[in-house]
Amino acid sequence: MNTIIEKSNRLDKVFEEKKDHVLSVYFSAGFPGLNDTAVILEYLQEAGADIIEIGIPFSDPIADGPTIQQSNQQSLDNGMSLKLLFSQLQGIRSKIDTPIILMGYVNPVLQYGIEDFCKDCQKVGVDGLILPDLPMQEYMEEYKTLFDQYGLYNIFLITPQTSEQRIKEIDANTNGFIYMVSSASTTGAKSGIATEQIEYFERVKTMQLKNPTMIGFGISNHETFAKACDYASGAIIGSAFIKLLSESTDLKTDINKFIKSIRNND
Amino acid sequence: MTYNVDEKGYYGSFGGAYIPEMLYPNVEELRQQYLKIIEEDSFQEEFNELLSDYVGRPTPLYFAKRLSEKYGAKIFLKREDLNHTGAHKVNNTIGQILLAKRLGKQKIIAETGAGQHGVATATVCALMGMECIVYMGALDMERQQPNVERMRILGTKVVPAHSGNKTLKDATNEAMRHWINHPVDTHYIIGSVVGPHPYPDMVARFQSVISEEMKAQLLEKTGGEDPDYIIACVGGGSNAAGAFYHYLDKKDVKLIAVEAAGKGVDTDESAATTALGNPGVLHGSKTLLMQTEDGQVIEPYSISAGLDYPGIGPVHAHLFESGRAHFYSATDSEAMEAGLLLSKLEGIIPAIESAHALAGLEFIEFKSDDVVVLNLSGRGDKDLGTYIKWGGY
Repeated sequence: MNTIIEKSNRLDKVFEEKKDHVLSVYFSAGFPGLNDTAVILEYLQEAGADIIEIGIPFSDPIADGPTIQQSNQQSLDNGMSLKLLFSQLQGIRSKIDTPIILMGYVNPVLQYGIEDFCKDCQKVGVDGLILPDLPMQEYMEEYKTLFDQYGLYNIFLITPQTSEQRIKEIDANTNGFIYMVSSASTTGAKSGIATEQIEYFERVKTMQLKNPTMIGFGISNHETFAKACDYASGAIIGSAFIKLLSESTDLKTDINKFIKSIRNND
Repeated sequence: MTYNVDEKGYYGSFGGAYIPEMLYPNVEELRQQYLKIIEEDSFQEEFNELLSDYVGRPTPLYFAKRLSEKYGAKIFLKREDLNHTGAHKVNNTIGQILLAKRLGKQKIIAETGAGQHGVATATVCALMGMECIVYMGALDMERQQPNVERMRILGTKVVPAHSGNKTLKDATNEAMRHWINHPVDTHYIIGSVVGPHPYPDMVARFQSVISEEMKAQLLEKTGGEDPDYIIACVGGGSNAAGAFYHYLDKKDVKLIAVEAAGKGVDTDESAATTALGNPGVLHGSKTLLMQTEDGQVIEPYSISAGLDYPGIGPVHAHLFESGRAHFYSATDSEAMEAGLLLSKLEGIIPAIESAHALAGLEFIEFKSDDVVVLNLSGRGDKDLGTYIKWGGY
């Protein structure tokens, strides 16, 4: 049973087909315009993103820097909600097959009801979840069975301060990929990759984890993307893409240009 | 049933440590170390010496004769308002800075709403010669200018939080973000019994000196350790947690918590979390929370900036749900009247937070021999502007 579920998850397919330079892109649902969610998904697939992370807006995003805080707030001001997100994603699977991850804080999920949330994720074709403030202990005891039942991968974060033992524990209990936060920071806080980060990337690389790794935070252009890809299966872009969306006057063209510039024929 | 924290960091179904991985190593270090450090003899010695010689403890338990006559009970005031810096907050900041030093941290951050916890943190940082940054909502900085200057005089850098509604909740968000970005050398002194485990338990332990003193003082003044009632106001709930601490398992002692109803629990402007909230996760713990159906946190309102918080400590959520404590809420005007009444009857101008606890006296029918301890958590100096604007005296 488990094998069948795992095989059907689009995230596994991506990492089976592509061993490196996997590009994951994050944006906030309902941003910049309330009804832009579905079109941005289509444009991202057309432009060549391998994985798409959709942010569930929350009033108090403590792990996020100013750029994503503002996109969160604008999206809430636009009238965005988790309920509305699921209705925007109705039928999306007839248009795109790129894996979709919902990323957000645990409180809106709790209010929605965990099982209803999982059901609706499965219904619209969500493949994975990133809930940064959901602790491992609670996940294992109260969430994992449900997530497994509905074919959802829960992706955990690790940081330069995460101990080797804990990384192994996370690796053993999750699927999809491991989200490597590049440095001790909130999102969008730092750009570039420093020497001590390389040391951390190498350390994790030699651990030979069962899951692929994706590096996020501080990835903003071709240079940082390519560098991260030397040490992981791929990388994640968030704040830099949000900035682009907030300045864009032609989403289709700008998204295409942005993704192409990140790839730069890699 | 136990009312203290369990080994997983929960009070019943509330509590836990709902934090992003970036905060995990810091919070985990604290979890592993805090009891060991607090229980060390050298820690206890230094802590108690500072509480006595620097803070001015024990604070008196004062029999309020005229207030007692008015309500027909024996009412004692636990005078936390007489502490250095004017409130109970300093009990916790002394404890946490000693802990931070033993953890080898060099820098301190804190959040503050009205500025009382910020001032108490700035004070101990000056005392210990440690660098200090306090986050404060930009709106609160305007409303509480004297406390901003107090912190600055003490050598603290006050950083405005411009996100959200620019109040306490947003200052807490900013402090947590700062901690994420500075995980190694910095300790975050949280000011109430909120946040991820072990903060609620740690803060409650530092504040438990309030009920520890009460026991001895009541024994001396009434012949018994146990009162019939303990009354305290609750925002996040640190003064209540300290006043209740040693009585949690004594069923005959009625625990009364008074929240801020603002303009009324049936209006949009309130901070009465147990009346208006439901279970949710904010600032690292699962607790009762004022929120929308979509799980967005609602901005609370109270005339008292210290009670203006959308959540409540997980220990109080548990005391509420289990029925161990009884929760009331007092409106702005009920609190202001109670504050003015105490001023006239006893010559004590209370903080508006504490005035909410005093308003609680109106809601209870006492018997004439009931012994009541009311935790007078802070003094009203900082609230003079609000009293003057309110008038009616």
